[in-house]
Amino acid sequence: MKKLKGAIYGVTGPTVVAKGLDGVAMHTVCLVGKEGLLGEVIRIQGELATLQVYEDTGGLSAGEDVVSSGKPLMVVLGPGLLGGTFDGIQRPLDRMKEAGTDFIAKGLKIAPIDLKRVWSFSPLKRRGDRAEPGMVIGTVAGNGRIVHRVMMPPDLNGGGGGGVISEIKTGGVTGTEPVCVLEDGRTIGLYEEWPVRRPRPFKAKLPPVVPFVTGQRVFDTLFPVAEGGTAIVPGGFGTGKTIVEQTIAKLSKSDIVIYVGCGERGNEMTEILSDFPELKEMDTGLPLSFRTVIVVNTSNMPVAAREASIFTGITIAEYYRDMGYNVALLADSISRWAEALREISSRLEEMPGEEGFPPYLATHLGGFYERAGRVQCLGEDGLTGSITVVSAVSPPGGDFSEPVTQASLSFAGAFWALDPELAHRRHFPAVNWQSSFSLYYEDLAGWLSREVAPDMPRLRARLLKLLQKDAELKEVVQIIGVEALQEKDRLVLEAAFITNETFLKQSIFNEADAFNTHEKQYWMMKVIFAFLDSAEAALKKGTYLEKILESTLRVRVINMKNWPNEVFVKEAGALIDGIKAEFGV
Amino acid sequence: MDLIKREYRTITAISGGLIFAGNIAGARLGEMCFIQLSDGRKRQGQILELSDSHALIQVLEGTSGIDTRSAAVIPTGQPARVGVSKDVFGRVFDGLGLPIDGLPPIIPEEYIDAAGLPMNPASREKPDFFIQTGISAIDGLNTLVRGQKLPIFSGAGLPAKELALQIVSQAKVAEKEDFCVVLGAMGITSREAFSFRKSLEESGAMERTVAFINEASDPTIERLFTPRIALTTAEYLAFKHGYHVMVVLTDMTAYCDCLREIGSAREEIPGRRSYPGYMYTDLASLYERAGRLKGRKGSITMVPILTMPDDDITHPIPDLTGYITEGQIVLSRALHRKGVYPPIDVLPCLSRLMNLGIGKGKTRAGHRALADRLYSAYARGIDVRRLIAIVGEEGLTDTDKKYFSFSDEFEQSFAGQGKSDRTIDETLDLGERLLKMVPEV
Repeated sequence: MKKLKGAIYGVTGPTVVAKGLDGVAMHTVCLVGKEGLLGEVIRIQGELATLQVYEDTGGLSAGEDVVSSGKPLMVVLGPGLLGGTFDGIQRPLDRMKEAGTDFIAKGLKIAPIDLKRVWSFSPLKRRGDRAEPGMVIGTVAGNGRIVHRVMMPPDLNGGGGGGVISEIKTGGVTGTEPVCVLEDGRTIGLYEEWPVRRPRPFKAKLPPVVPFVTGQRVFDTLFPVAEGGTAIVPGGFGTGKTIVEQTIAKLSKSDIVIYVGCGERGNEMTEILSDFPELKEMDTGLPLSFRTVIVVNTSNMPVAAREASIFTGITIAEYYRDMGYNVALLADSISRWAEALREISSRLEEMPGEEGFPPYLATHLGGFYERAGRVQCLGEDGLTGSITVVSAVSPPGGDFSEPVTQASLSFAGAFWALDPELAHRRHFPAVNWQSSFSLYYEDLAGWLSREVAPDMPRLRARLLKLLQKDAELKEVVQIIGVEALQEKDRLVLEAAFITNETFLKQSIFNEADAFNTHEKQYWMMKVIFAFLDSAEAALKKGTYLEKILESTLRVRVINMKNWPNEVFVKEAGALIDGIKAEFGV
Repeated sequence: MDLIKREYRTITAISGGLIFAGNIAGARLGEMCFIQLSDGRKRQGQILELSDSHALIQVLEGTSGIDTRSAAVIPTGQPARVGVSKDVFGRVFDGLGLPIDGLPPIIPEEYIDAAGLPMNPASREKPDFFIQTGISAIDGLNTLVRGQKLPIFSGAGLPAKELALQIVSQAKVAEKEDFCVVLGAMGITSREAFSFRKSLEESGAMERTVAFINEASDPTIERLFTPRIALTTAEYLAFKHGYHVMVVLTDMTAYCDCLREIGSAREEIPGRRSYPGYMYTDLASLYERAGRLKGRKGSITMVPILTMPDDDITHPIPDLTGYITEGQIVLSRALHRKGVYPPIDVLPCLSRLMNLGIGKGKTRAGHRALADRLYSAYARGIDVRRLIAIVGEEGLTDTDKKYFSFSDEFEQSFAGQGKSDRTIDETLDLGERLLKMVPEV
């Protein structure tokens, strides 16, 4: 591709119209104006090309140069990404800070990764072996958490398929030199570049049959998402979307976490940025930052870079997926991305669709969500990897009928609706179990029955039924008062109350409560139903309702969430025995 | 700086607060210009949009009197800048930064771009320093920390400004010497402006305050500049001179309405309730300027005030604000009518940064649990109140009755503290005492 040079014709908001870029391709990155701001071609009309500019356009003047780079927007992929913090176009914010940049000025150019750093490379292939696209040719000693696999890029030097290795290095290598040379002269380095808007290839998609473990009861038990699935978390402001995202980033069982702060608050990002290097991952005891890459474009950073941020994030996620890892991509919030799209669309004076969003909103959104999935990796190594996407949606006024929620719904397999009523009474996570759903349950039921307990799906169904009955009874109570209910029904209200307090509410600030294994979740349900069944039996035998409701066991059941995972089964067994004894069953 | 003064008599169109001018050589996006009227008067303007033949200029003091023949555009070559100085305390300026207190203009130590630059998220310091406002509903349940932006969602006629002033003067006592206040007022009436100054002077906070006041009678477009001038001054005081600045912006509803006015004059495609689609981004460019920076002493804490049109919290202005700010303090008309002051309806209130600023060594161990219990108990009391409306008190259990009296007592004594200044210990002790009215689980 050749480099072209044109001139600024007009500027409005984050878009620039350039003249004289004849023959420029869509989505080519250009340097705009004297400061060389990065921009991307998003419309071509005759001799005029419109660019969205990733930096503040203030100060640009008509007639200044616009120079095309001949390449689309790329990210640099390789060792050293983990633990890093990047903006929407992969500028390293942490390294900018070290260079004294507390306020982000325009035109800063810093390489995303330090290419001069020396990495210790161990080859897995030898001279004469064949290397195929996507195949792992060696590893790099990383941070002790993740083995960084060096792959042959899927389209090395513009494609051409596999080749025979003529030379492969061992030991210290920097990012600027090849680690492997093929007989046809092509070279493979530690780093590759990939265009963010193009999904990275894989061999085949696999069905979603393994649950993505969050350790959160309301998600894992009631509305699970599969590894490689997508979940959306819609909720008005203050319902706890960000807390859900951060909890999953901290506690979920993932090899890699990509956290995309898209158009959100700077102060909330400081929590992740300052806590993750210190917080330990549960299984490994290593800092959470060792498995995390943060992409952050806060609400006051340029909107075009916000639009790019989720693609930058998912491309990095795909890179680790291709190494055979299970990746969680957390996007907070996809609505801010959609708004960036809307803002740019309105500058282009495109015909607006619903709520002013461009009609192609759903298509673009689908292009993002569909990059999630569990796949068989491209190389011949038999690796599988997955990307699970959990994205927050911020509907205006908390109204789920708006376009971004609705468009997301058509792609998401799990819907975790957050409810302001619950949030107001500090019921967290504020998941409304009536409107939430998971389409993965059928696919995951096999795994849950096998790995947790055969009656796990049955207990879940019973719990949902109990909650439904509770909702119906509460409507009756609204009319006739609770004293007028049948005693049996008052027990249902009580069991539902206990379920809310001990099972649905979960606190990440309480160590034993923060992460629950499937086993603990299962046994908690067992205890709840043991209480309900025994109490019903006692009631039948003539025990007074008041005596049941005032039983000290009730408080022990409510507090059972504070027992650690390791001792839970034993404690729960004892509690169930206690319940049976007390109620004489 | 140009040696020759350039003037362009090329105005081709005038609409609302906007003018179109042709062929301004070297015009830059965001550049400030003067508009010279034939009678010698001058207006300020800013370039909003550029093409190779035309510039769209937003005129700050209104377009009245500008014509297409004799009026001239004089570019300055500079973006909108604010002259800043440390000697601003006790001073009152208009919405564009000119003194209106009868004293001479300040002598700027520096000129800073009013638009500001986004803080590098990696440079931000975790906001974890508790600010005692002396208000129980805030300190106890929705704690404010340094660097936070916590708006007050008010309704027409509710005492938001009184509350903001109470916060400012009580925080001043607790925060001591490095504390100062920057007030940015947009579209307030001269009566409000007067009462603001009076209250600040009476509480002794004025000597630590700088005020930028755009009155309702001033040109609307100035309102877009007022908060930016206030925040640029605040940034200078905080990050250059180490002050802990509390910025009060009022009324953000007037600001947003101005944004809508400009949007429609530019014939932009309107968004929800005809506010521009970029309002989220625009508001974020103000609110996100709150914060702390690693290795620097000062901080910017922001308390914006907005009026919810028709008390509707889903209206775009409170809605978008709530999505950007770190929580909100919501005032309730029902409580106000009951004579509760401050009429803070705690249920929809939130402080997202609360957990960072409370607990052992900051406020008290067990603060979080206490706040959660107060919330649950109050929410349950409100449920019971609704129930009573339908089934009467007879249908209630004894437990329900306890929650019912708790909710009343909570509103009257915990939230409704009047003008008193409570320490955090007083607030938490009161909370614990109230919780004795209801069962433990």
